[in-house]
Order: sequence, then structure tokens, then C-alpha cells
Amino acid sequence: MTIAQDHRSLEHGDGEHLVEPRGMYKWLTSTDHKMIGKSYMYTSLVFLLIAGSMAMIIRAQLMSPNGHVVSQQMYNELFTIHGSIMLYLFAGPFAFGGFANYILPLQIGAPDMAFPRLNALSYWLYLTGGTTMLLGFFTAGGAAAFGWVAYAPLSSYTNAPGPGPDLWIIAIALTGFSGIFTAVNLITTAFYLRAPGLTMFRMPIFTWNMVVTGMLILIAFPILTAAMIMLYSDRHLGTHFFTVSGGGSPVMWQNLFWFFGHPEVYILALPYFGMVSEIVPVFSRKPVFGYKGLVFATLAIAALSTGVWAHHMYTTGTVLLPFFSALSLLIAVPTGIKVFTWIGTMWGGNISFQTPMLFVIGFLVTFVMGGITGVMLASPPIDFAVHDTYFVVAHFHQVLAGTAIFAGFAGFYYWYPKITGRLLRESLGKLQFWMAFIAFNLTFIPQYLAGLRGMPRRVPVYLVQDHVTFLNQLSSVGAFVTFLSFVVWLVNLWVSWKRPVLAGDNPWDGHTLEWGTTSPPPHHNFISLPPIRSQRPVWDANHPEHADYNNRHVLEAKKVTSR
Amino acid sequence: MIGTKTMNGSVARLKMISNIRNFILVGGSAITLSACNSNFGAFRGATTQGKDIFSLYQGFWYTAIGVASVTFGALLYVVIKFRKRDDSIPIQRHSNVPIEVIYTVIPTLIVAVLFFFTVKVENKVTEVSSTPNLRLTVTAFQWGWRFSYPNGASIVSQGANYPQMVLPMGETVTVKLLSQDVVHGFYIPQFDFSRYALPGFTNYFDLNPTKLGTFIGRCSALCGLYHGEMLFSVRVVTPTQFQTWLSQQKVAAT
Repeated sequence: MTIAQDHRSLEHGDGEHLVEPRGMYKWLTSTDHKMIGKSYMYTSLVFLLIAGSMAMIIRAQLMSPNGHVVSQQMYNELFTIHGSIMLYLFAGPFAFGGFANYILPLQIGAPDMAFPRLNALSYWLYLTGGTTMLLGFFTAGGAAAFGWVAYAPLSSYTNAPGPGPDLWIIAIALTGFSGIFTAVNLITTAFYLRAPGLTMFRMPIFTWNMVVTGMLILIAFPILTAAMIMLYSDRHLGTHFFTVSGGGSPVMWQNLFWFFGHPEVYILALPYFGMVSEIVPVFSRKPVFGYKGLVFATLAIAALSTGVWAHHMYTTGTVLLPFFSALSLLIAVPTGIKVFTWIGTMWGGNISFQTPMLFVIGFLVTFVMGGITGVMLASPPIDFAVHDTYFVVAHFHQVLAGTAIFAGFAGFYYWYPKITGRLLRESLGKLQFWMAFIAFNLTFIPQYLAGLRGMPRRVPVYLVQDHVTFLNQLSSVGAFVTFLSFVVWLVNLWVSWKRPVLAGDNPWDGHTLEWGTTSPPPHHNFISLPPIRSQRPVWDANHPEHADYNNRHVLEAKKVTSR
Repeated sequence: MIGTKTMNGSVARLKMISNIRNFILVGGSAITLSACNSNFGAFRGATTQGKDIFSLYQGFWYTAIGVASVTFGALLYVVIKFRKRDDSIPIQRHSNVPIEVIYTVIPTLIVAVLFFFTVKVENKVTEVSSTPNLRLTVTAFQWGWRFSYPNGASIVSQGANYPQMVLPMGETVTVKLLSQDVVHGFYIPQFDFSRYALPGFTNYFDLNPTKLGTFIGRCSALCGLYHGEMLFSVRVVTPTQFQTWLSQQKVAAT
């Protein structure tokens, strides 16, 4: 703690005389976590729009049973890169590269991340990796077309020749390293750079979730990166990790991939759960309900998530152990705890439904729906019936895309005033929410039914006698309107930029330390810190009569637990 | 009448809340049930295995309706009841241990019950008979299917005419599933069943068809360019019809 303090005062002394570079030069050379965080955020949002545009082409193709919008080869490339961007380049980096980078040091009263230059390296690896992936479209053979999961042996050189798949592999390896470095940075920062008084159990839930996400990244990403190197060497160096003829095993790929893939799902979800846990208390004007239960639920999710990978492989028939089903079902419990603590936080509150809170409600509705169908999929027999159908597509879009988009935009609207010092327009924000909320569910609820009627995923054509044409048309219309909601968001950004409305330092009556500094924060974040005597130092300072450290209910709760 | 007269504000509010809750519970399940004809959108399963899977699926749905009603009911309640009315600061309650214990223990019990039935059904549907009436080898390849019968008859996909697999109704068929190249998925939606065809690993499973008719089958796992067109059909006939058909195939083959 003392080391951190000395470091801060030294750095602060520097900051006073620093002549900051501007514009392009600043973007290229900055090691400031705020600059890198913003770069991450805007880069990943550009990737979201690219992936979203691909989804529009996919949905246009599926408007009729025998669509001819794109060729079958192009279709396969589009859904492969759509999924890869959403999972590797958007949902993760937006959260742990963007929000966590910007917000985590502020929430713990730190001047920067623990390793600023490593942080910059992470961003440049990410941008390079992302660009590398998109370059696949400009090669003669086209981009990778084997799905974001790249199942062996479809991803072998024989089945997927050309440089497009190689670019995809290299892109994943690069972003993999980027993620690992970010995780190291986040964990170290949260452990060593906390301000005096900010104990582990006073860390904001978002910071807690980022620590746990960081640990999961360190467990999962090295496996993925190693698997990518194995795949590359199978393709080019004559090894036989995944080829039957050479004594290898294609199922081995699925084990490696999903050992990464399932923790990855929680790597993508936990940061957004953290954002929700920040927004709900602030807009309900209450502390988070069941703080410790929430922290332990997060840890339980992380622990369980490393033992559920084979639920993606029930239909391979190679892993029919009920063990994986038990753990997959059990993960619903800590996830349920989270949902109930959010409802518990709202209970008895004074809830103001501004745009961030509306997006949180949208997240809760879609997430609970997706979570319930997830419990069904955890049961192997049900999975036999719907595996690899649109039922699964609908499920993971509701839990993953729903989380990243609704909770992500909640976070964006919530912290945008902190990042820019300006407010986004409420009316446009609400319009964006209602369009996105209605259209998103119109997109994915029909997909559950299409899946139950036997429509497999990753097909460019279907049969008239499948009776899924109307469902697909509903889904496509929903998708188009969802995309339009992003246009509303862009308009909002434009209007709020051209005609700024100043936000002030703490527009939402926030609880945590990031609201205790200016908007945007100065070079090394804080000129001074409020005393930290609870989980909500800024709330305590602004509402001394309702402060946590002399709160009747805190004392009561302590008595109950110590008894 | 007397009740209405003496009813004070809080009782009225409680009644309203319970009305809302009933509306959600009854209305929600009624809409779901009627819209999906209590199939919840799924096929009822045209094999004994598929039927078991379907009833498990129904069980999960009934549980889901219960859980969703409680969760969405609570969410709707707080959103309506505790919406901002003034600038006051509410009571700063941090936790309530008994409630936290309840929302941990009850979900655990629910998933324990779901797990029990899962294992029961899983054991039944993955059981492979040692004395089946018919042993059938299915080979998947890019982009078609081969169905080989024990007497040497073999049906392979022919261009746009999808290959047809013929099965006897009411008899146990053990399928040996292979892949010649990449991972494919042997999927018959109306049987509520799919299994991956893997290179280098042989899968065995049983099908006991219970319904006459022709059903669509398809590849469920992405297997390359023409994955979307890798279809087949399944025709379930009576055992006598099946024997006649099988001997004709043998004649055709020789």
C-alpha cells in the first residue's frame, strides 16, 4: 500500500508539468489507461458494426427458403467471421479492454494500470489481430469458412486450403496474447494499486468481476492460443495432432477448444454482470444487495465454468458422463443468485429509469430467458434433440449478445459522461433502447421455434416443408430493426458531440470512486481521494447522513452474520 | 360487500399485486400452452427414445414456467412498485441473510431434481441393445449418406435425390455411425435425436420407431460447402413391408 501511495504522489508531480501529445500522435504513443481504454472501446464498437452488417447479409439470405443473396461459400465465410468478431473482437475486448481498462483503475483510486506499456502492447496486438482476421476476405480463397469453433478436421489444410484460414488462426493467436496481457494487468492492478482503505471486500463489484474474469482468462486463453499453434502446425509443419491418419484425434480439438470455450462464455459475461451490479444500485439509490453473496457467486461461476466444457460435446457420444451435466445445471444456481441480488437491490429502492437502467432491465429480461433455455441445454437428452439447431443459436444470442449489447450499452450510457464530460441524449437513448429491446427479442424468440422444428444452424438454405419460412422472416425483420437501433445510437453520438451538454463530475449520484474525480479525469486520475470507509466512498461523502459506515442496517447485518 | 367496505389502502394494494401475479402466472402459462399446443414447439418424438426425451423436455418446460413466473413476476413488481416518485433516499439495506439462503437453496433443489430425471432419461436413451432386430451402418461423407444393411444392401445419396433410410416400426435398430472425412451430425428432427458422425470414432445408438411415415433427416454439424444440402429421409414401415423391401434391395444389388 505504501509503495502504491509513493508511486502515486511521484507520478502526480510529473503530471503537473506534462505536455500531453495530441490527436493521432497521442493515440499512437499513449500508455495512459484512459486513452487505451477509449481506443479499445471505439475499436471494438467498430467491429460490432462490421459483425452486425454481416449478420444483416445472413438474415437477408434466410428471408426465403432458397435465398440467393450470397453464394454458399460466402455465406459460410460470413457466419464464421461474424461469430469470430462477436466473440473474439467485440464482446471480450469491449469489456475487459475497454470498460475495465478505463474504469477499474478509477474505481480503486489508482493512477494507471500496473503495467502501462504492456497495456499499450495489448491494444496494438488486438488491433493487429482484428485487422488480420478481416484481411482473410481479400485473399483468393476467401476468409475462413469453418465456423468460429474451427472443428478439426474441417479446419485442416486439405479441407480448408489457402491463406484465409491461416490469417484467422494467426488473428486468434494475436488477440489471445492480447487478452492474456490485459488479464495480467487487471489482476496486478486490482491487487497492488488499491488506494489506502480500499480492502478487497470494499472493492466495487465491477472490479471484483474483472479480477475473476482476469483469472478465467489466464486459465482459458493459453489453451486456445496453444490449440491455435497446434492447428497451424498440423496445417503447415506436418504434425498430426488432429488427423486420424497420423494417429491424432479430431475430438481432441473439441476438448481443447471447449476447455477454452466455456470459460470464455463467462469471460464475456462476468464483466457485463459487473456493470449491471454498478448501475442497479446507483439508479435504485441503494447499496448492492448481498454484496458478499454476489462476490462468492462470481467465484463459484468461475470455478464451475472450468468443468462444464463437455456440454458442447454431448452429441459426440464420447462424453456421456453425467458429471458435465451436473456441473452445467449447477452453474444456474450462482447465476440465479446474481439475478436475485439485482432484484433485491431494486426492492425497496427509488428507481429512476434513465437510459442505463432501461438497458439493464432489457438485459435482465433477455438474460433470464436465455438462461432458462440454457438449463434445458445442460441436459444431454434435450441437447440430443436440439443440438446445433437454431434453438442453440437463439439461446446463446440471448445470453451472450443480449448481455454484451444490453448490459454493454447500459455501461456505455452510464460511463460516457465520465469518459467525455458530456451527456448523451436521453430521448435518443430511450428510442434506441425500445427499438433494440423489441427487435432483439423479435429476432431470437422465433429462432427457438425454428430450431425445434428442425432447422440446423449454419445453413444458407432450408426446405419449404420445414414450415420455418415465416419464423425466419420475423427473425430477419427483427434483426434489421435491431441494426437500425445502432444507427440511432450513432446519431446520438453525433448530436451529443456537436451540441454538447456538460455532465459535471457525478451526474448519476454515483457511489464508487470514479465519480469522485473530474469528468474526464485528469492525467493521473485523482487530485485528492475521499476517505474510503465502505464500499461506497463517494456516496458516503455526498450523503453523510446515510453513509454506510454508520448505517443501522449494516450493523444489524453484521450482528446476524457474527451470531 | 362488507369486505369491500372495510378494505383499507394496503389491503387493496396487496390484492392488486396478487391479481397482477395471478394474471402473469395464469395468463403467461395459458399463452405458452395454447400457442405451443403443449408441445412447447417440439416434436413429440417418433421413437421410444424420442418420446422419453420429449417428456423430459416437457418437464423442463413446466419447471421453466414456474421459475420464469417467479423471476419475471418479481422483476415486474419492483419495476412498477419502486419506480421513482420523489427525491427521497430509501432505506439503505445491505443484505437479508434468510432471503439469501432461500434463493440459494431452492434453485439448488430444483436443479437436483432436474439432474435426477436427466440421468434417468439419459441412461434409457443411450442404452444399446445386445440383441437388436436390425444392425444398420450409417456412413456420413461430404456431402451425403450411405446406409448399409446387414444383407449387403446399401443406399447412397444420388445427386438431388436424397438417400432414403428404411426402418421397421416397433423393432430395435442399432445404428453404427461413422464418418469418412470431417465431423457430420446425423439428425432426425421428428425423432428428437441427433448424434455426431466422427472420423476415427465409432458411435452406436438404438432407435425404436413408433410411428409409420416419412421423415426428414439432415446434417447438423457444419461440414463444409454443401452442409445445408446434406439431407436424407427416413421411411418407417411395418416389419413385413420392411422384409419385402430389404429382399428387393438385395436382388437389386446382386
